[in-house]
Amino acid sequence: MKLTLKIWRQKNTADKGGFVTYVADHVSKDMSFLEMLDVLNDQLTEKGEDPVHFDHDCREGICGMCSLYINGKPHGPLQTTTCQLHMRSFSDGETITIEPWRAKAFPVVKDLVVNRSAFDRIIQAGGYVSVNTGGVPDANEIPIPKIVADLAMDAAQCIGCGACVAACKNASAMLFTSAKVSQLALLPQGQVERKTRAEKMVAQMDSEGFGACTNTGACEAECPKGISITNIARMNREYFSAVVSSDNM
Amino acid sequence: MTWVTKTLNSTLGRKLIMALTGLFLILFLTGHVSGNLLLFKGDGGQAFNMYAKFMTTNPAVKLLSYLTYISVIGHIIYSISLSLYNKSARPVAYSTSKGSTNSAWSSRNMGVLGTIILIFLVVHLQGFWAKMHWGEMPTVTYDGEVYKDLFLIVNEAFKQGWLVALYVLSMIFLGFHLSHGFASAFQTLGINHKKYSPAIKAIGTAYSILVPASFASMPLYIHFSSY
Amino acid sequence: MILDSKIPAGPLAEKWTKHKFSSKLVNPANKRKYDVIVVGTGLAGASAAASLAELGYNVKAFCFQDSPRRAHSIAAQGGINAAKNYQNDGDSVYRLFYDTIKGGDYRAREGNVYRLAEVSVKIIDQCVAQGVPFAREYGGLLANRSFGGAQVSRTFYARGQTGQQLLLGAYSALSRQVANGKVKLFPRTEMMDLVVIDGQAKGIVTRNLITGAVETHAAHAVLLCTGGYGNVFFLSTNAMGSNVTAAWRAHKRGAFFANPCFTQIHPTCIPVSGDHQSKLTLMSESLRNDGRVWVPATQEIAERLRKGQIKANDIKDEDRDYFLERKYPSFGNLVPRDVASRNAKYVCDEGRGVNETGEAVYLDFRDAIKRDTRKIIEQKYGNLFEMYKQITGEDPYEMPMMIYPAVHYTMGGLWVDYNLMTTVPGLYALGEANFSEHGANRLGASALMQGLADGYFVVPYTVGDYLAQLAPKPVDDTHPEFARIKEEVQGRINTLLKINGTKPVDFFHKRLGKIMWNECGMARTEEGLKGAKAEIQALKKEFWSTVKVMGTNEELNQSLEKANRVADFLELGELMVDDALSRNESCGGHFREEYQTPDGEALRDDENYAYVAAWKYLGEGQEEELVKEELVFENVKLTQRSYK
Repeated sequence: MKLTLKIWRQKNTADKGGFVTYVADHVSKDMSFLEMLDVLNDQLTEKGEDPVHFDHDCREGICGMCSLYINGKPHGPLQTTTCQLHMRSFSDGETITIEPWRAKAFPVVKDLVVNRSAFDRIIQAGGYVSVNTGGVPDANEIPIPKIVADLAMDAAQCIGCGACVAACKNASAMLFTSAKVSQLALLPQGQVERKTRAEKMVAQMDSEGFGACTNTGACEAECPKGISITNIARMNREYFSAVVSSDNM
Repeated sequence: MTWVTKTLNSTLGRKLIMALTGLFLILFLTGHVSGNLLLFKGDGGQAFNMYAKFMTTNPAVKLLSYLTYISVIGHIIYSISLSLYNKSARPVAYSTSKGSTNSAWSSRNMGVLGTIILIFLVVHLQGFWAKMHWGEMPTVTYDGEVYKDLFLIVNEAFKQGWLVALYVLSMIFLGFHLSHGFASAFQTLGINHKKYSPAIKAIGTAYSILVPASFASMPLYIHFSSY
Repeated sequence: MILDSKIPAGPLAEKWTKHKFSSKLVNPANKRKYDVIVVGTGLAGASAAASLAELGYNVKAFCFQDSPRRAHSIAAQGGINAAKNYQNDGDSVYRLFYDTIKGGDYRAREGNVYRLAEVSVKIIDQCVAQGVPFAREYGGLLANRSFGGAQVSRTFYARGQTGQQLLLGAYSALSRQVANGKVKLFPRTEMMDLVVIDGQAKGIVTRNLITGAVETHAAHAVLLCTGGYGNVFFLSTNAMGSNVTAAWRAHKRGAFFANPCFTQIHPTCIPVSGDHQSKLTLMSESLRNDGRVWVPATQEIAERLRKGQIKANDIKDEDRDYFLERKYPSFGNLVPRDVASRNAKYVCDEGRGVNETGEAVYLDFRDAIKRDTRKIIEQKYGNLFEMYKQITGEDPYEMPMMIYPAVHYTMGGLWVDYNLMTTVPGLYALGEANFSEHGANRLGASALMQGLADGYFVVPYTVGDYLAQLAPKPVDDTHPEFARIKEEVQGRINTLLKINGTKPVDFFHKRLGKIMWNECGMARTEEGLKGAKAEIQALKKEFWSTVKVMGTNEELNQSLEKANRVADFLELGELMVDDALSRNESCGGHFREEYQTPDGEALRDDENYAYVAAWKYLGEGQEEELVKEELVFENVKLTQRSYK
């Protein structure tokens, strides 16, 4: 396959950046999308040009490090991570536009690399159960209905890649935040801090500059892990009942 | 900031206001459309005019009408504030974006739809509501009591083709606005459950077709029956 | 030099309890006076950093990824072992200990392994308390599955994403401490070197991957939780960024490197598809619970299959060779990883491989789907099947999966004593970065167990014991040694940038990987290893004269990062070859063709090789010195592993 790549290049956060067009020749259908970029980068290096920087690590769809807004969609045409996207999803002669995630809360670091530490700070605001190591009850002491454990797991699968923010027209992080709020609201272990958690995580999410949710459902449709927007509804519920009933002023 | 203002300033709080005002306006529309169906009664407008008088004089309705004004204004102000906020959350836009593959057109264009509906609202209020409240109105007498003849005004107005077209078009936009807004309000309130959500969605779809269609049928009926 | 493993004396079951009691304690008010550096934020690092911060120490946590949550522990799929015996099927701490020692082909320490089995039960409790959504039965209690190398069901799991859920649990505990101000996080920061002052680890030198700033950090103790070095093979199931640099620099500063040649080749990976391949994807071992491994019974059928004349499903049962079930009737498809991998290699070497390259065997779910229905199989493995389909474009519900062994885990690592301290006082190694618990082969679902055991339940005690012996005085980086090592690091970066050769870093990495895979992979020979050593030395020279690293230091520079890592892999590769050459036996993941039983099983030599090979770095260009730690077995009898 021969492809035309329109790639966003930006030297650093301060730089204005712009698109540069490259031609990728001899692309095999069995290549992953990132392998196609690897090959391009080796060619750029040999020509003495700076390779295209992009985030990636596990390349098996679980670490959440890879991103890329490919042809107008986060992680490209399939509902999967970019690292799991293979070139068989494209056709010969196609032009592929590759942009970084765009959000005020995700500033571009270089080329296609963005800073997603806002997500870490949202978790730090309350995405945990405050138990110290040791001194916890036996794992089977509190039975959890299978259906509840499964729902919690559905939410817990979030890989924190940020595709939800990238897909959302408002760059909202509600799906990410709600996945963690939901997981811990569902499980008995999360009950003690349930109200405070919802309040603090929402406050942190807002202070990071993510937009508000307008329920378009784009996040759910693009989430590589299929996290459902029922989690957003649950977070809303959690938050509203928390603010009216918690003891936090 | 107290916890109340803090909550209402949060993204979730602002969404809550959008949802609550939106739902109230949906209730309003339900009332409005059922009352207006009296236009079709074929009694020369008597029932309609009596209803119009009732709506402008009854104290309970008055209270409701103030709630409606507040809802409209709140819905508008918060939508502007949220839109600006959301816009600022993505300062650099994508060069290519395929929103159509992951979301409904109406859900992505609520602001545009809302603005069109607002323009319509101005025309609509000016034509009927303002006249009814403050304008010079012809009158009609039923059983010795004098009524403002809104029915006549309506009939006169909808003789103009362009106005009918504007109304019908606006109702289509309203339909799209409602098609997202109805279920969306419930989602914002946290009501999303596999048992109930399908029903909410279905009712929302039916509502967003039936109510605007009923509204649109009125000018159409009047326009074409008057020939 | 004699290596002291510091295994406490006394009965096996009492060692850890006694040791904890005899360890010194730091008084609670003094804990805030000690600083601890934790490098790496995977299961071991995140759990250690969180636990130490909870105790009151000041922790600095470093990771090269953009967030601690990205560490490669996240990719572990199958599960975590624990001797809970919830299933009433005869499990016990002793059985888990025994299975692990045996599975490791008797090349691990009894004391360490027993402790691991002992604390395994607490890990599950801890994780559940954190909100890890493990799989449950309808009654609400925890579910278990069985795993290779064991005849009991002791593996706890969260769908096919157990590593992810455990890591997110540890990450949440870590995040809580970040919010508390007890952990300072340094993401996108890579450790470049270790600072040793007066024989004690006193800090590290790092590079900020965004700005390129080379910085120094001082502490009372340094914990390396930096994972394994499987990427020395270029193609492995490791993440692209997984590297040996932190461990290797520590090695060059005095930490011995133990059993470097013990690498685990995982039997169930998706086969290589072409030269562009950048990594190999693992299909969880749990698939072997229901999938049956086979190849065509004859070479002729295999050939027709490879030419596309027939399809897998056309092959009748009598023409299929379920070789694991045939050779190992009692363990069947659930034999340990090394045995499964080697047998897959044998049948492919016989020309019975099933894909175009001839390097693949089938893992077939036809019978399981028939038995349990597709729905059940989907519930168990849905995400794995989906992943397989994404990568290969084939539907494993319809066609058998194709699998082939790939490098997965490195049992070797920095030598540590019972306290997990390396030969450099104050420097600890946890998780895959150390060598200690898995011997020559790791059992499935034991890596997660070890990482969390080390971080949550071992190191908080043993680090305290060390710190209690240091004065609670503040540390800083004013000692000239910090400046000297910082300068060395900068010098090396400048050298790499100045070479301005002709070939990208991956060119060298791929070549190194090929050498390692061919000669120091699933099967090794003296001759092959000797050749490999020479080749690696030549490649190293070529690297330092012809590599091309673009850009500057003062920016995000991924080629520079890679170059730094590959430079260390080149040195490690040579040591692995040395280690493999010196171990004239076959055991676990180390299979020397010269040493095998008549039926092709690994032939151990307990008389001469029941030791840990710890390598001491002596200086640039010098052969490393082998220091042996004899393994003492007081509780288990060394037998030839048999899974028949």
